[in-house]
Amino acid sequence: MGTLSELVGKETIEKVLAKGRSTGAGFSEIFIEDKRSTSAGLDDGRIEQVTTGCDRGAGIRVVHGETTGFAHTADLSEAGLLQAAEAAAVAAKQGSGGVVTVALGGIDTHQVNDVQILPNEVPKTRKVELLERANEAARSIDQAVVQVSAGYGDSVRRILVANSEGVFAADDQVRTLFRVSVVASGDGGMQTGYDSMGRTIGFELFDLYDVEELAAGAARQAVTKLKARPAPSGALPVVIKRGSGGVLFHEACGHGLEADLVGKGASVYRGKVGEMVASSLVTLIDDGTMSGEWGAIGIDDEGHHSQKNTLIENGVLTDYMWDYLRARKENHRQSGNGRRQSYMHLPMVRMTNTFVINGSSEPDDIVKATKNGVYVAKLGGGSVNTASGDFVFGMTEAYLIENGEITEPLREGNLIGNGPQVLRDIDMLGNDFAMGNPGTCGKDGQGVPVGDGQPTLRVKSLTIGGTAA
Amino acid sequence: MSSDNALQDLADRIVAQAKPGEQVEAYVSRGGETSIRIYEGEVEHFVSAQSESVGIRVIKDGRTGYAYAGTLDESVLSEVFAEARDNVQFGSADEWAGLAEPDGVEKVPQELWNEELAHFPTAEKIAIAKELEKLTLATDSRIRIDDANYDDAYGETAFATTSGIRAHGRENGCYVSVGTLADDGDETQTGFGFSVGRTPTEFNLARAAREAADRATRLLGATKPQSKRTTIVLDPYVTAQFLRVLSGSFSGENVQKGRSFFADRLGESVANPLVTLIDDPTNPLAYSATDIDGEGLAARRNVLIENGMLKQFLHSSYSARRGQTKSTGSAVRTGGTPGVSCLAMQLVPGTATQDELIAQVSDGVLIQMVQGLHSGVNPISGDFSTGASGLLITNGQVGAPIREFTIASTLQRMLQDVVAIGGDVDWLPMSANGMSLVINDVTMSGA
Repeated sequence: MGTLSELVGKETIEKVLAKGRSTGAGFSEIFIEDKRSTSAGLDDGRIEQVTTGCDRGAGIRVVHGETTGFAHTADLSEAGLLQAAEAAAVAAKQGSGGVVTVALGGIDTHQVNDVQILPNEVPKTRKVELLERANEAARSIDQAVVQVSAGYGDSVRRILVANSEGVFAADDQVRTLFRVSVVASGDGGMQTGYDSMGRTIGFELFDLYDVEELAAGAARQAVTKLKARPAPSGALPVVIKRGSGGVLFHEACGHGLEADLVGKGASVYRGKVGEMVASSLVTLIDDGTMSGEWGAIGIDDEGHHSQKNTLIENGVLTDYMWDYLRARKENHRQSGNGRRQSYMHLPMVRMTNTFVINGSSEPDDIVKATKNGVYVAKLGGGSVNTASGDFVFGMTEAYLIENGEITEPLREGNLIGNGPQVLRDIDMLGNDFAMGNPGTCGKDGQGVPVGDGQPTLRVKSLTIGGTAA
Repeated sequence: MSSDNALQDLADRIVAQAKPGEQVEAYVSRGGETSIRIYEGEVEHFVSAQSESVGIRVIKDGRTGYAYAGTLDESVLSEVFAEARDNVQFGSADEWAGLAEPDGVEKVPQELWNEELAHFPTAEKIAIAKELEKLTLATDSRIRIDDANYDDAYGETAFATTSGIRAHGRENGCYVSVGTLADDGDETQTGFGFSVGRTPTEFNLARAAREAADRATRLLGATKPQSKRTTIVLDPYVTAQFLRVLSGSFSGENVQKGRSFFADRLGESVANPLVTLIDDPTNPLAYSATDIDGEGLAARRNVLIENGMLKQFLHSSYSARRGQTKSTGSAVRTGGTPGVSCLAMQLVPGTATQDELIAQVSDGVLIQMVQGLHSGVNPISGDFSTGASGLLITNGQVGAPIREFTIASTLQRMLQDVVAIGGDVDWLPMSANGMSLVINDVTMSGA
């Protein structure tokens, strides 16, 4: 396959951008995407099938005043693109603004990810073998393992973005993912275990990580939970293991620091820049340049270079995250956070890799200092109401802490807290930083890959949503 | 030639290229959507979009391969077919692998396509969304608007298989929604309202505006409750979300693969005798009503739980073959090969209004919103825990608002602990209906 700039020439792009502004709009943009993906699934001991997919098209955005018009097409011919540009222009503004010309320079790139082995150059048999190895590894852990499903996925996403302000940039984003879920069965019913790994790299992922170890871990998690007792009900200190709780920050404050939500007054963090919003232990970063991480990108989906942005420094809110539209409105710099799920979607402010940097406590000391509480070794997903600040996240592997020691496993449940309160309640922060599992962040119906991370930490009080008194 | 036939012809042409010994299915679709968002009286965005896709499934010697592309461009079809064929060799041989076969069940005639919507003027769609924003703002001085939206979508699909399936369908629908913010000093609470229709003339904008405002304003001043065991009354929208969580446990494929807590329970009591739960995509009131399933078989009405007793599981052609039974027309496509799912879940309603149900509760909570069903509920173990907000109920009356708490139990217990089902049926923009539902003995966790 040729590069996107060979597929759609610069002259065509210039015509499309000019057409987009032909009804008088101030801004037009074209986003071209070609995404090839391969996935393979194993379930119930069988390779179910290998699936290959191809999604290719362009989204055209036209901004007139405060109104955005958007159209997309899978037809990348000049005629197809011009038709979509006209639709977007008409959507943004009924009327005529005369003839506009747009001229672009050379293509801009910003490489942050280093791919060794392109997944489409690896035989499918090798991908399928990984699934079989994971299946065997999980089943060999314990007789109680009754079902294993494993999934392999890779994608090569090529994007090209150009706009009427002269942005003309391209990026190749290669991602490789592997996941295992396990069901164990015992006297008390069924329990599940899950683990995944994914990076913005190629097939060399499997030189860095062992699928058998991943599968064995997921199996142990399910088997351990067979003996789990109901989680407590009520407020307790919670210790969160390194690399498993980044989702806490993603929900407790990440979304609330997205400038589009702040701008609409739908965030508890509006108007708080320069103020103390967290424990002084907390320094929170969003970094799209973190090479190889799941949320790493060379450019965002508006053609802006990815950046490392400090959001909270020693507890003080330093800045929000920005996309083109919101930065323009507030006369602020873009921060490389304008992202979209695909060419069929409008960009908006999104996180990339969001993490809290190391503190100074030894992780063992954090547990020892906790008389009674909950130790969370693996978190599931979460969600937040950014306006009220209330957020939840699930614990998929957790234990009781009794007299400063990790003891019995707990059944699953949600934890709930209020973002600003929880940030203030972080009273111990470890020195063992790690990134967590690959995530998909959902906002307004769009999913994008994001990473998160944190050292082991303690929140002095969170509400555990279990059933045990 | 109608557009339906163009898609069917394309599917037929793909399948005609099957080689001896190959089973082939072509699944082609195209659709479009309009999405209009209003903010402060102006159009914030207007999205007008078309999309299309083709998926080809090839089965040979019990092995399956699949490929798809997001285009119907003729030049891509042969590449997709070749990829699907190439992928066959990597699948495991599975004695039950195969395509659906015509089963003689007739489609239930339904009006799934509305010509009025198909030709509804764009300017009027914008006007409707602006009107919704205006009506919502006018309800209460503490209300701000997050966004007011008009959305519509249409879709056409066609199936063809070497086993003799030929089916096509066409549907369209629309809804409006509004998100609200209510302020009181430093505190902000949120609400939402929506209205669904086959055509915009069916919208009830005033009700959507009222609900969006009430949901937000009645939470102002909410506090965190003490932990205790209590009775919950679920709002219709929450009930619908609860039903969706149960969906996977009725899948015959999940039963066969040991992922359903209903396995081995057929014919047994799994819920309070008040509970009769049906999956009925042939009911045109359901937003997700359809006349064909994800393999081109006629969609049909299936009783899942009758008076508390588990009646049957749902099947695709694969799980039916494996379970030596017949497909229930419950195949779904979520991007790849067929899975099994409920298409339009409907709990048979009672007769009481929500107020009448609340009047029977001496000590409980009206659950207005839940948060984190995806992270705190495990449909395999049945563990249920979700964030919530709502209103305390004392001696049959709703009182103070509460928030930042969870409700927890297990799905198995909650079905048995249903004590009343309301008659206030709401048809929602999702694949389950809702009505008020009263469940006993749930743990509320707060301060």
